[in-house]
Amino acid sequence: MSNSNFNKSATALLTIVRKEVVRFFRIWPQTILPSAITMSLYYVIFGNLIGNRIGRMGDVPYIQYIAPGLVMMAVITNSYSNVVASFFSSKFQRYIDELIISPTPNYIILLGYISGGIARGCTVGFIVVIISIFFTSFKIDSIAITVSVVFLSSLLFSLAGLINGIFARKFDDVSIIPTFVLTPLTYLGGVFYSIALLPPFWEKISQANPIFYMINAFRHGMIGKSDVEIAPAFIIIIVITTVLFISALALLNKGIGVKQ
Amino acid sequence: MSINALEIRELRKTYKGGVNALKGVSLNVKEGDFFALLGPNGAGKSTLIGIITSLVNRSSGEIKVFGDNLFSNPSAAKSHIGLVPQEINFSLFEKVMQIVVNQAGYYGIDRITATKRAEVILKELRLWDKRNETSRKLSGGMKRRLLIARALVHQPKLLILDEPTAGVDIEIRRSTWEYLKKINASGTTIILTTHYLEEAENLCRNIAIIDHGEIIENSSMKALLEKISSETIIADLEKPLKQIPYSSDYLISSIDEHSLEIKVRDSQGINDLFSWFNHHEIAVRSIRNKSNRLEELFMGMIEGKNEQ
Repeated sequence: MSNSNFNKSATALLTIVRKEVVRFFRIWPQTILPSAITMSLYYVIFGNLIGNRIGRMGDVPYIQYIAPGLVMMAVITNSYSNVVASFFSSKFQRYIDELIISPTPNYIILLGYISGGIARGCTVGFIVVIISIFFTSFKIDSIAITVSVVFLSSLLFSLAGLINGIFARKFDDVSIIPTFVLTPLTYLGGVFYSIALLPPFWEKISQANPIFYMINAFRHGMIGKSDVEIAPAFIIIIVITTVLFISALALLNKGIGVKQ
Repeated sequence: MSINALEIRELRKTYKGGVNALKGVSLNVKEGDFFALLGPNGAGKSTLIGIITSLVNRSSGEIKVFGDNLFSNPSAAKSHIGLVPQEINFSLFEKVMQIVVNQAGYYGIDRITATKRAEVILKELRLWDKRNETSRKLSGGMKRRLLIARALVHQPKLLILDEPTAGVDIEIRRSTWEYLKKINASGTTIILTTHYLEEAENLCRNIAIIDHGEIIENSSMKALLEKISSETIIADLEKPLKQIPYSSDYLISSIDEHSLEIKVRDSQGINDLFSWFNHHEIAVRSIRNKSNRLEELFMGMIEGKNEQ
């Protein structure tokens, strides 16, 4: 790629990212506030009221055990929701055409939208971390693991959101996956409990849930222990992310959902 | 040497349902031209424009934009094109300035340059006062002008306008025409599709008519209009006319008792017509052409094709 083309692509990428970030900050009562309120309630109810009766999970207080799961839950749902909603809106109002007719390469369009998803996921995740400081002592065992798991999980679910947005034809299609797939998988991914408490059969089933690896890898980064080994967890997250990236780019290149 | 702004070779499009929207369209548009692409609804105009602007996938065929192949070198070819679409298609929640500046960004134009260009264009199109309004608050005419501003911010060499004045009042239509003439005079090649055939006749130098996915006419506007062998004239009368006098030379019909519609062949002079009025003591207040000539020709071609 020549310098000129590289600069043009970088400008286009920056434009998409800026537009996406401005969008979710402009509608912050819909994009940022709900997660902050919901997670505060989780801390009050599950952390303080119920958590005090539960006592400790493993050898950490229950509220400290669920804090990483709640952060990851916010990151996952916000990354996904941002991209699926934004991409579907651009299709619905047809302003996706602005990008398609332009010389912006498809991989830049892809990077632009998922950067928006990562920005929102990480922004909301950071806010939940701030909230958690009011309820529990917040220590980080490994900053590298913590940051890389948040980034990769946010990337993975931004890609998944984009693929959902590509196939979505009506507003119902935007909410089906988050409601019926994402939320159950997140709850069953070990946000509130260790899968060691489950019967062996359900413990095995839980290990097929990719969100289980993200939540536990993040927990590993924060409290230094979890239900998973860190290396296999990273491999699983990276493989899924790579497959989703290739799939999303192939769909955009074919014009699925955006071209006739 | 003048090059073609657009070269289309054997372009075909078959939709999934089996509809053959384009059946091997070939077309050249010269650099600097003001070119009309006309056709009835469903003729294939939108599909053709959709493929040129990458919004529709082709089935086969080639397109070059200022010599750059749209399919093997899309970045270069796309950078030459600006599109004013038929439907409003910007984000309704974004501000006018953001829409125009972002569009420039997608073409790799830095924000400082884009902002300067946006200011010039928005002022020219009388949208500068609305630059900080969200686009949904604009009137219909302003939205149409914003589509033009957005299409021009990257200074395209080829501007494609798909029904640019649909649904706008006469004043805005006329001012849009003047603006397009100015852009064309500055060197931008323009392709126009429109249902207002008066618009095409007034603005365009060359024309193609598409019907059922095929180009059925491609010539200069002048050559096309020369094919018309007669003109229809409307005469407004001073006094009401109870009965139309017989004429063996003209086909005359009454619109109402104050106006007549008269078909005049090219071989007949307008003086002869006035002699006929004088002979029958019919006082004429004014005369004018009925609608436009292109419309008559267009309808004749489309109807003739459909009868085949």
